[in-house]
Amino acid sequence: MSNWDILWDERAQFWSGFLSTLEIFGLSIVGAFVIGCGLLYLLEGSRKRLTIPLRIFIDSMRMLPFLILAYLLYYGLPSVGIRLDAWWSGVGALAVYHGAYFAEIFRGNRLTFPPGQIEAAKAHGFTKGKMFFRLLLPQIIMQTRPLLGNQLIYALKDTAFLVIITVSELTAAANSLSSTYFIPTEAFIVVIGFYWAISVTMEIIIKQCGRFSAKRGFDNV
Amino acid sequence: MSEANMSERAAVSIRHLSKSFDDVEVLRDVELEVKTGEVVTIIGSSGSGKSTLLRCINWLEKPDRGSIHIAGQRIGVHEDGRPMPVRELAKVRAQTGMVFQGFNLWPHLNVLHNVTEAPIHVQGKSKREAEELATALLEKVGMSHKHDSYPNTLSGGQKQRVAIARALAMQPEVMLFDEPTSALDPELVGEVLAVIKDLSAEGYTMVMVTHEMAFARAVSDQVVFLEKGLIIERADPETFFTTPKTDRVRKFLENHDTPSPA
Repeated sequence: MSNWDILWDERAQFWSGFLSTLEIFGLSIVGAFVIGCGLLYLLEGSRKRLTIPLRIFIDSMRMLPFLILAYLLYYGLPSVGIRLDAWWSGVGALAVYHGAYFAEIFRGNRLTFPPGQIEAAKAHGFTKGKMFFRLLLPQIIMQTRPLLGNQLIYALKDTAFLVIITVSELTAAANSLSSTYFIPTEAFIVVIGFYWAISVTMEIIIKQCGRFSAKRGFDNV
Repeated sequence: MSEANMSERAAVSIRHLSKSFDDVEVLRDVELEVKTGEVVTIIGSSGSGKSTLLRCINWLEKPDRGSIHIAGQRIGVHEDGRPMPVRELAKVRAQTGMVFQGFNLWPHLNVLHNVTEAPIHVQGKSKREAEELATALLEKVGMSHKHDSYPNTLSGGQKQRVAIARALAMQPEVMLFDEPTSALDPELVGEVLAVIKDLSAEGYTMVMVTHEMAFARAVSDQVVFLEKGLIIERADPETFFTTPKTDRVRKFLENHDTPSPA
């Protein structure tokens, strides 16, 4: 029986790891996106006593290794009385961490947003909320699409760290099979295939979204 | 007649308006009354404060002193001096329609949606009502064939005509034009001026900053000359362009003696 046959027999474990990774990834990027948009909204035209703490939060997330954040949420929070299981610690850490990155990507783009459009919105009676959600955010998302795509791939790869806080996802499946049968190379090659499949699918979707923005002249991206 | 009553009559009433940027006084005690249906052109050399004056009318610039009423309604601050909450300010602002030098269309929306955006999402009109209005306005500015196009595919003149339709869609008390043809290639200026001229013929109330002297002469009811933040001359266009009272205006007009459009 070859090593590959062993892995084929254990395909159920890969599959459940794969689904778990997809689930963690899907939930956490939705969370990260919402957090990113929320931070951008709070930064928009707010007073310094709000923007300064927000910028400090964003920057401290960006300077922190992801694994340490995951550790902090899983092992650190119980000491202040908050106990999250490994799965939710992982999803939470990913969402907050990449949410800060999303916010930073959006913020960078916001700085170059044409002020004339904002003035036009004000002149037409828009208030902050409607202007943000109808005029600013859609354009910022279209313009940052490739950067967001990149960030999604980082987020996907960061899900693999969660094996260390005992989340049973794709990398955990490979890890356990490789140590049970002593076939690390083959086991990890299989999970690489899974990660590639997710990444490539994501790339294709994001490219397709590019058509939508190219039609509107956001083709400098 | 009391001051309040006079304000009610006028589409725009500006009193004792002053504004400084740092130490530079850009507007000094400006008084201006725009009656409903009137076209007022503000002329002056660059840096004279004319764009600032126009932008104070819809509070894109906050004046330091003085008051502005749009159709009798004070903008920016309440009569008792309290600052106006943003929602209320937005409502008064929506009584004005502004056309910018740089068009400032929203590039992610097609032509039709640029025009319906504010009526639907600011004024709360139904989609159908807003689209009917937009269709009529796009027809008026000669852009009905471009409903589905995105701004990036339009020429400057076309963009500006859409921007005019977008501002008209607010059904404002007054239209404000801030150098609407200054960013256009010379051969595109005419199509935009023609639209504005039609509007003046239809009785729209308009305040316009422009460098197109021949055009100003043709469409204005009142011409105002601004110099270092002071209105130094105001007259009907015939008087202004043929027998200016001050040397300053005479000099200015000599340097702008190339009337071409309209």
